[in-house]
This record gives sequence, structure tokens and C-alpha cells, in this order.
Amino acid sequence: MKEPKIYRISFLLLILALLFAWILNISSGSITIPFKAMLTVLFGGKVDVDSWNYIIWNYRIPKAFTAILVGGGLSISGLLMQTLFRNPLAGPFVLGISSGASLGAALLLMGTSLITGFTSFTFLNDASLAIASSIGSFLILLVVVLVANRIKDTMALLIIGLMFGSITAAIVSVLAFFSDAENLQRFVFWSFGSVGNLSAQQVMLLGGIVALGVLLSILSIKTLNTFLLGENYAQSLGISLKKSRLLIILATGLLAGVITAFAGPIAFVGLAVPHLTRQIFDTMNHRTLIPAVFLYGAILMLLCDTIAQLPNSANVLPINAITSMVGAPVVIWLLVRKRKMLF
Amino acid sequence: MSEQKKVTISTQNLAIGYKTKTVAKDINFSCNAGELCAIVGINGVGKSTLLRTLGNLQPKLSGSIRIKNKDIKEYSSSQLAQELGIVLTEQPSSKNLTVEELIALGRHPYTNWVGSLSSSDKMYVQHSLEAFLLNDLRHNKCHELSDGQLQRVLIARAMAQDTPLILLDEPTTHLDLYHKVQILKLLQQLAHEKQKTIIFTTHEIDLAIQLCDTILILDGTKNPFGEPCKLIEQKHFERLFPPEMVKFDAKTGSFKVNK
Repeated sequence: MKEPKIYRISFLLLILALLFAWILNISSGSITIPFKAMLTVLFGGKVDVDSWNYIIWNYRIPKAFTAILVGGGLSISGLLMQTLFRNPLAGPFVLGISSGASLGAALLLMGTSLITGFTSFTFLNDASLAIASSIGSFLILLVVVLVANRIKDTMALLIIGLMFGSITAAIVSVLAFFSDAENLQRFVFWSFGSVGNLSAQQVMLLGGIVALGVLLSILSIKTLNTFLLGENYAQSLGISLKKSRLLIILATGLLAGVITAFAGPIAFVGLAVPHLTRQIFDTMNHRTLIPAVFLYGAILMLLCDTIAQLPNSANVLPINAITSMVGAPVVIWLLVRKRKMLF
Repeated sequence: MSEQKKVTISTQNLAIGYKTKTVAKDINFSCNAGELCAIVGINGVGKSTLLRTLGNLQPKLSGSIRIKNKDIKEYSSSQLAQELGIVLTEQPSSKNLTVEELIALGRHPYTNWVGSLSSSDKMYVQHSLEAFLLNDLRHNKCHELSDGQLQRVLIARAMAQDTPLILLDEPTTHLDLYHKVQILKLLQQLAHEKQKTIIFTTHEIDLAIQLCDTILILDGTKNPFGEPCKLIEQKHFERLFPPEMVKFDAKTGSFKVNK
């Protein structure tokens, strides 16, 4: 494998870009805060307007970190899926993992009130939402893996993923039909996706779990590289297929599940970022790709969130719409320009 | 023979196949270091199954496989990866790998937890690149290669794995005569010069007769094994195909179509 040191400059540029995107993200929002004032606040100084301090520390900085975790985590999860399923079009959204999370969230938000009869759901909190959608995504991921073991055809796998998406969407719409307006609204807002509205504590929880997922991915670097040859070759190189597959699935499920739980089903980041990253880092070595994909995903998510904020406006667009508008054309462009998507 | 040759792999009464169906049984052969051995037989007789079983990718039904006088079951999977390299008919999942990256993956059993290549690993990669005439292609992606080139890359990867035993499943399919001979010559050279045991399945019986030290004729029941000229003397090749269609010419060691 090519030694990673060749990409030192690219990494440096990516880190600088991340820093730039981070500052851009923090400096934009519905309330205009002068750039100078913002820098003062960032470096621990005080500005005259108290609300600025509050907004930056309690709203914008947690939001920016969430964007980094969400973008980076989803992208790594997409990379792992592409290698694991030997499919360049794999990603948390395409394979129905995000739909699984939606189903979990929908069952919790709308299903419980149907079954128990409570109209307002009092003991519902973010932790239970996170758990429900993680369970949902894990279940779908397990089913996809079981199917993938039986069916070797990668296209069939994608279609099955899409079908799972349709089934969950159908169940969700049935739930929505019987649900009351308040719970339905909560679900709809969740499904728009958002990196804001997370408390510092929640960001730390998200950060911890994403870190665990990234750690598992880093531990799988060597296995992932041998998976590029195919599973039989990986086995002949001394890899225990069951154990390493489980580790990769665990990492993917943790990353995609928890991120979807906290930020909603965010489309296309997991699928598109690994391909975009390979435009700069022309290697298949996961040792280079994992950090690069994380950085690239984080930058993209920060930029998408900055656009979603609609600078100088009080409105916030659903981030899911922005990532789809960015991601879908990228996938089309890659398909058209390269004729075939390689991974 | 004056010196005792080192046996790399041997089988005793090996039966191969799947849970519901035995494909071939009573397979007995042994290969020494420095030998090139071909497995021939008609379509569907179980050549690939045998190769996959020898490579521990598929469980055997009965009998035993011994590698360096130790039962294959006594090796851990990582130990086995240092004894036995394999080249399958399946293409690499990712054709976006460069030639050098793919060959370097052969060093996997020796590298650390992130797969850093030591200077000796790099040396092995370099030697494999040179031995299989791939130096000019080292930075090319696998999807840019021709079938013959890709086959050389896959064999070079197995060579970089530096195992005493290399198994190849039909390394010459889809290749023209020149490239078939090129691959087999390279394999012969690798076996003789580096004292490796190389076993491959093939349909090129006349080439195998010319180039191999031993041949295993897989017919599912008797499975004759031995040096090519002995097998010819014992008229084993005549029984391989229905004689009304093709006839074996013992003088030239090749098959002729019955007109």
C-alpha cells in the first residue's frame, strides 16, 4: 500500500479547510454577530452584548461540533459499508439503515401513544429516542447482512435495501395517519434532520459513541484492506471472517444509528463523501481513507449546515434537503463522468 | 534420488464435496518443495473444490491434508497464511487498487496492526513486481489491466505472501496461448528457483505435460498421480475424454480431435 506520508499536504489542507468551515459555520446564523466580536468570544473574551456570548457558547459551538461528528461519522460508516458489501453505492441511507432508524423513532414518537392511549408522551426524552432509532437501524443492518450473505449479487442487495426503505416508509405513514398532530410534528421535524438543538451533554454523548465507532473502524483498518480483495482472499490471508465482519458491522451500526437518532436521517453524506474523498486521495488504503473521509465529511456537513442557516435570515432549512441537493448530483456526476463507480 | 526431498503437502484418502454431495474421493498425492504440479480433469469433476479444500476455504469431507507433515487443522488461520498462498478465479472486489497496493496486501500476515510495510516487506513487493514483469505497471489501477496482466498481479501477490505452498485455480483461463505459456513458465521458474511448491488446476493438459513435474488426474475415483511421462505410459490420459471424440497421442503428449 502507498505510504500515507505522500498525502501530508492534502491532510494539512483538509484540516485548514475544516477550521475555516468551522469558523464560517459559527459566524453564520439568524442573529448577525460581528466577526471580531465572535473571535473575542471564542478566545474567552467578553463582549458587551450578553446574548452573543450565550448564543455562541450554548448554541453555535455545540451545533458546529455536532455537524463535525455527524458528517465525519456518517462518512466513515458509508466507507465501511462500501468495503464490507463490495458495493460503491452502499451507504447508510441507501441500504435502509436510516429508514430503520426512522422506524424506531416513529414507533417511539407515534406508535406508543397509539398503543398506550396517552396523547402526550411524558417520559419521552432524547435518550429514549436515541435508543429507539439505534435499535431500529441495527435491526435493519442485521437483516441486510443476513441477506447479503445469501445473495452475492450486489445490485440485488441495493434493491433489497430500497425495499426495506419502502416498507419502513409505509409503516411510518400508517403510524402518521393515526397519530395526533403533536407527535406527528415531532416526528416530521426529526425526519428533516438537524444538527442544532443538542445540549452540550448530548453532544458529549454523541461524541463518545462516534469516537467508539471510529475506534472500532481504526481497529478494522487492516481487515478492511484485505476485504478489498474479496472475502475468500481475506480468509486466505488469515482473517477470521465472522469476527472481523461483526466488528465492522458494529462500528457501522453504532455510527449510523446514533447519528441518525440525534440528527435525523441525513441523506447522501455516507454515500457521496467516500467517493469525493477518493478524488483527492487516490488510494484504497483505509489507513489514509478513514481519517480523510472523516475530515471531508465534517467539512461538507459544516458547509451544508451553514447554507441551511440561510445567513441573515431567521429561517433554518431542513439540513436533509441541503445534503440531498449536494449529494445526489455528486453521485450522478460520478456515474456519468466515470461511467462506472469503482470503490 | 540421493537427497530426501522435503514434502510440502500431502493428502491421504481425501474426500471433497459438499454436505449433501461427495464430489471426489480417495485423493492421494504429495508434492515436494520445488515442484510444479497440475490438477487436470474434466469440467465439474471438482478441481476447484479440491483446490479450495486444500486452501482451507472449504471443509473436507474425510481423509487428511498434511502441510509440512502437520495436519492442516493444527494450524491457526494466521499460521496457515504464512504456509499457503492462494490465487482464485474470482477477481479482486475492488479494482481501484493499484498493482503495487494489491501485491502489498500479500504481506498482510507479516505486517503490524495498521498494515505498515517494513523495509523487508517492501523488498518482497519489489521482488514480486520484478519477477512478474510488472515494474512498469506498478502504479496502474487494476481496472486498467488486461486479463493476462491482472493474472500476473494476482500471482505476484501470492508470491509476496512468501509461502512455501501456492495454490492457483485455473490461472490460464481467458488467456491466449502466448500468455498461457508466459504464466506457466513464470510459475515453473518460481517453483524451481525459489523451491516453492506450486499446485494449479488447468484445462491445458498438453502444456501441463510439458512444464509440470507432477500431475494429478482428477476423475473422482482413482485419481492417478505422478510424473507426466509415467502417466502417459500408464495410459491415464486416454481415459480422460470419450475416445470417439478426442484421442490422446502418447508420442507428442497432446490431444487430437477424431475426424
